Amino acid sequence: MAREKVTLFIQCLVDTMFPEAGVAMLTTFDRLGIDYDYPIEQTCCGQPAYNSGYRKEALAAARHFIEIFENSEIIVCPSGSCVHMVRHHYRLLFKEDPAMLARAMEVGDKTFELTEYLVDHLGVTDVGATYQTTVTYHDSCHLSSGLGITRQPRLLLDHIEGLELIEMDNSDTCCGFGGTFSVNYPDISTAMVDEKIENILATGADIVTGCDVSCLMNIGGRLSRRGEKVKAVHIAELLAGRAGGAQ
Amino acid sequence: MTDQQTTYQDKACEGIASPTLQTNLSKLQDRFGKGAMKYWAEMDDQQMRDRVKSSRMNTLEHLDIVISELAKNIRKRGGHVYFAESSEDACHYTLEVAKTHNVKTVVKGKSMLSAEIGIDPVLEENNIEVVETDLGEYIIQQAGDEPSHIIAPCIHLNRENIGRLFESKLGIDYTDDPPTLAMAARKALRKKLLSAEMGLTGCNLACAETGQISLVSNEGNIRMSTTMPKVHVALMGMERVVATFEEHRETLQLLTRGAALQKLSTYVSFLGGPSSGNDPDGPAEFHLIIIDNGRSKILASDEFKEVLACIRCGACLNICPVYGKIGGHAYNATYSGPIGAVVTPLLEGINKHADLCKGETLCGACLDICPVRNDLPRMLSELRYKLAYGDNTWNVRQHNIKESYLFSGWKRLVTSSFLYRNMIKAGRLLQLPFVKESPAENNSPQETRVTLSGIAKGWTRDRDLPPIAKQTFTEIWQKKYANRQQNSQVDQPVSSADSQQKEHANE
Repeated sequence: MAREKVTLFIQCLVDTMFPEAGVAMLTTFDRLGIDYDYPIEQTCCGQPAYNSGYRKEALAAARHFIEIFENSEIIVCPSGSCVHMVRHHYRLLFKEDPAMLARAMEVGDKTFELTEYLVDHLGVTDVGATYQTTVTYHDSCHLSSGLGITRQPRLLLDHIEGLELIEMDNSDTCCGFGGTFSVNYPDISTAMVDEKIENILATGADIVTGCDVSCLMNIGGRLSRRGEKVKAVHIAELLAGRAGGAQ
Repeated sequence: MTDQQTTYQDKACEGIASPTLQTNLSKLQDRFGKGAMKYWAEMDDQQMRDRVKSSRMNTLEHLDIVISELAKNIRKRGGHVYFAESSEDACHYTLEVAKTHNVKTVVKGKSMLSAEIGIDPVLEENNIEVVETDLGEYIIQQAGDEPSHIIAPCIHLNRENIGRLFESKLGIDYTDDPPTLAMAARKALRKKLLSAEMGLTGCNLACAETGQISLVSNEGNIRMSTTMPKVHVALMGMERVVATFEEHRETLQLLTRGAALQKLSTYVSFLGGPSSGNDPDGPAEFHLIIIDNGRSKILASDEFKEVLACIRCGACLNICPVYGKIGGHAYNATYSGPIGAVVTPLLEGINKHADLCKGETLCGACLDICPVRNDLPRMLSELRYKLAYGDNTWNVRQHNIKESYLFSGWKRLVTSSFLYRNMIKAGRLLQLPFVKESPAENNSPQETRVTLSGIAKGWTRDRDLPPIAKQTFTEIWQKKYANRQQNSQVDQPVSSADSQQKEHANE
């Protein structure tokens, strides 16, 4: 079937620190026969500045993003919070500038989070992956509360051969990351991520997954510091049916 | 700024370290937070919340007219209505009423606004005894403590704490049996309720059409405080009015559901003036003080007007993951939780309460649970915007110069892919001294980690941080994908073993 060419929006954290999640997404796209391209001029969507109140700086980042992505057919990103930024906050940033607002809305409307793209846009729930493991799923806030995406990742996980999904308590409670919040208020942030980790450990799952590497970086970083064996793995890596499976 | 930061962080740590608070907040959020979310999802009338929100916003648009109507209808019934511009003004008026009636004892029915305006010390300085009659507030008052939740003020205490308190303050034998403790408080409070000359309450809602205020309670203390003393003074935030009785009905339903999952609170008191010939129950004199104290300014601002739609049910406290860890004392203000984080800076100063503006994760849970769908995360973002650059309308100074330099540097990087890519390369070199191999015995998932210093050290104090990858996604793309043959359809599942060999980022 004829599909749009996907323009990859690889968020800054995946690009610089977790490239394996981006590569995994390509593995899945290859398997599904999805054509894609990657504009290497992309940097950051502006979310860190926006959330900290630095709207002028966020606006500059948003303009840069729009210029790069506005000619794309469809934009797909392995991060809920970045899609939330592009889809919902760009239009607030440009509300005083009708010309840019129109461009921002057009870009926002064609930007999709990975699992949303696969399930809602393509109608794919089985990506043909195999991954022998037990997984628990963290609903990141901007993905679940901001974009309303909770069903799609679970559908995809359910169809991975060999994978068992074990739900944790309060999966949709914030992990305590919150960008600069975690740097400025480490005590509160740590208390929050520790509670998240208790809920993860209670499932007995080997892996905690989600659709946002920022949350996974927070959870994974704390798991690692505590010396826990559970790994934080981006959902794209599970969908690729790649490394780490106990096969 | 520094003082406030110390206060917020320090008090947050105290809350986190209190096992009683942690247990109680966890139970509270499990029951009421989750319960409200479930109720909203399943309620038959899915338009109700939007309808109430829109009527709240509509009333705010015409607040002058609606309040005049309320005042007119209350005065018609013989009640007094006073408009107080400030807390001093409201306190002064209350004190004058008390003096006129030679009041020795005031019984209070839990009112957040009374704490906002600071009426208790004003009365006490004038030798007037003030007694809280809400059980939770009574406990707080006996303990000389501060409330830590809008509707559950002593959520940070347990029954042992309260048993010890009553043992020393009420002279009863120690017990941690809740009914016995409640009876002891009831006995002490009855005496006060029977002898007080003045009742002082807040106002949950006022209805312009009927000219009445409404108070909800579950203990019956409000009914006694408002009808037994000869004078009743009600304090009302000027936004707390609805236009019609139909709006009143729906708003009240959302209030009791949001607050405690109740279809209706045990008591709802409708009060509209002094007792009269055909309505003999009630005080001889009724005063309604409609208080501005900074609300007009909020009403006049496009960004923050929405917060005045709040019906103070406290539901946002019952779900907020930050409040759920730190408790109400950390907010160091009358209003705590997400609503407090927005309304306190607006009422008392944005710089003064910068920590409340910045100390949340913007997770959006408060927006999801709010009966009137107040977008508190949006308003927190607006507050941060003002702190980032300063703002004349709200007398805000730029909050953090260091942070603003950081973000202007960041802006240069993210608007130039050349600078951005080179900065990543530089970062990869610069991080080397900070990259540590994990200890061998540590079975942690990350092989290496970075330790940050300076302003970012808060992150790596409790967490490991992976270093910048040996090859970024962009570099992998350029090497492996940019010139690939498009697009060999591979339509069969790839096994883990195959794909493992395909690509690894840190190869």
